[in-house]
Amino acid sequence: MSDKRTAITINGIVKEFSAGSQMIRVLHGIDAEIRSGELTYLVGESGSGKTTMISIIAGILYPTDGSVSVFGQDIYSLSDNDLVRFRLSNIGFIFQQYNLIPTLTAAENASVPLVAAGMKRDEAVERGRAMLDKLNIADQADKLPRQLSGGQQQRVAIARALVHEPRLVVCDEPTAALDAKSGRRVMDLLREVALAPERTVIIVTHDNRIFDLADRILVMEDGRITHDGEEMPDH
Amino acid sequence: MTWIAIRMLTGDRQKFFGLLFGVAFSALLISQQLTIFINLIERGATAVYNIPTANIWVMDPVSRTPDVALPMPPTALDKVRSVNGVEWASPLLRSGATVRTPEGDLEGVTVVGVDDATLIGLPKKFIQGSREALYEPDAVIIDSVGAAKLFPEGFDPIGVRLELNDRRAVIRGIVDVDPSFTSQVILYTRYSNALAFVPGTRNRMSFILASASDGLTAKQVTTRITEATGLKARTREEFARDGVDFIIENTGIPVNFGITVALGFIVGVAIVGLTFSLFIRDNIKQFGALKAIGVTNNKIRMMVAAQALLVGLVGYGIGILLAAIFIASGAANSPDFKGFYTPWEIPVLTAFVVITMILITGWLALRSVLKTEPAEVFR
Ligand SMILES: Nc1ncnc2c1ncn2[C@@H]1O[C@H](COP(=O)(O)OP(=O)(O)OP(=O)(O)O)[C@@H](O)[C@H]1O
Ligand SMILES: [Mg+2]
Repeated sequence: MSDKRTAITINGIVKEFSAGSQMIRVLHGIDAEIRSGELTYLVGESGSGKTTMISIIAGILYPTDGSVSVFGQDIYSLSDNDLVRFRLSNIGFIFQQYNLIPTLTAAENASVPLVAAGMKRDEAVERGRAMLDKLNIADQADKLPRQLSGGQQQRVAIARALVHEPRLVVCDEPTAALDAKSGRRVMDLLREVALAPERTVIIVTHDNRIFDLADRILVMEDGRITHDGEEMPDH
Repeated sequence: MTWIAIRMLTGDRQKFFGLLFGVAFSALLISQQLTIFINLIERGATAVYNIPTANIWVMDPVSRTPDVALPMPPTALDKVRSVNGVEWASPLLRSGATVRTPEGDLEGVTVVGVDDATLIGLPKKFIQGSREALYEPDAVIIDSVGAAKLFPEGFDPIGVRLELNDRRAVIRGIVDVDPSFTSQVILYTRYSNALAFVPGTRNRMSFILASASDGLTAKQVTTRITEATGLKARTREEFARDGVDFIIENTGIPVNFGITVALGFIVGVAIVGLTFSLFIRDNIKQFGALKAIGVTNNKIRMMVAAQALLVGLVGYGIGILLAAIFIASGAANSPDFKGFYTPWEIPVLTAFVVITMILITGWLALRSVLKTEPAEVFR
């Protein structure tokens, strides 16, 4: 299909962590390509290396070896500051714990990437508000995070991840802190709003209740990709 | 990003007020204590500054301050008068004594005897009575702080008879002077009267007040006086300084105030440091998220700097304001603080202390933010 081009190329990624005097290898030379216009899931048992992998893809964790190319840019050849700037203009982040700023309103929280990029406050907050509208929580725009439910907070976090129209969106366990019903609603919404022909969405999850929403599923086991398909393997 | 940094902080009322309290408390304590210290030790110079006409003080070589003086023989006065460059010279007697009030209270006083003919040494500003009243028999003039000390509030002491070293003295006036370091009651009287009030040997002249002739500086004349008479001569400024130095060297005051100021600083650093660290720790995930999203370390530095600056400025403002109000209202309402003012050096010095405090605590707080890896937000 023409709108599903390769967006991310992962080449021989190795990641080791030091544990005392020893080095523990967590990723064992991973190769993969991830396309735009698709919702790609990264699934696997706890400790299999999903978070490590998505952190490396998102440019927040240096690999021990190998390279990651995001939209044609070899991101780990960039200087530290250029990598930060690359993330700011190209990547949206959604965290398990939302990590909203507790003293800012929903609209202000949603505007953070625009503010960080230097946009004026009023304009940025207006855009944040518009994004909340797309996520059907415009009526919560002036509330503080603690006045919102978990599902609403995660929707604010999604708004923050999308407000600057990044081409790559990464989510680590976005529904883990939510009950089944709101988890499902958040994922439906994420799929609806985030998915676009030019955008790549990668989601790390355990949550088998939402596997059916994926266009593609990569399964990790012990730091290797052991399955790559449109659905989960049968066994 | 600055507004976000500020909102992060001000939205957290508890910690924001905690930080303001810490800085304000320190600034208040430090500036208030330093101000009291400066004003107190400057009282070592009030006896000198209360006599503005004399720019030279002559005394026995061993005399040190207005209150620590060995009397000279009466002949010294003529010797000084004959020194070339001395415009005029007049005797001054300062001596401790005790008074008994009509109520029978005993109180230590300083008797100041001023030249009978010229009354040089008598303060200018009268609250009640006049200079001429000093010529009445047994007349003494009391200082306002002393009057407040000896008599109940609202009591008019004019005409009151005191027993001054077993002799009769009658209060004929009240003068407005800054109190001395010891805040002792001061009774001014004519020199001849003072000799009668204060028993002693032939030598009872504590000081000779003098003035330099036109065209000569006080300093030049003091040198001439010492060369010609062997007496110690000090300019007004030197002798004022001697009084201040004497307090610094001979009392525990500098150490005591120093300890309080140091404590103010330490407590401030502790409160501000702990609260700031708590604030950062509460927000470390948010800072991590900002770093992941794409906020550079430089911008993070600016954010923490903005937060520290806000706390420093507002806290300092509150602290200095409270200290200034305290000093001003004290000076207006209490004889203990009479004449107290806030020298400009105090707010400046306090500002440096606050800046140091903010730099230390801000740096500590910033360190943990900078150390946070953006990858930790996915944990
Ligand atoms: N900073 C680190 N230091 C040392 N070891 C680490 C570090 N981060 C991850 N690991 C180890 O790497 C392995 C993979 O961790 P990772 O978090 O990627 O797994 P995961 O698949 O995301 O697991 P979960 O589903 O529990 O989140 C684990 O064994 C973990 O202990
Ligand atoms: Mg994980």
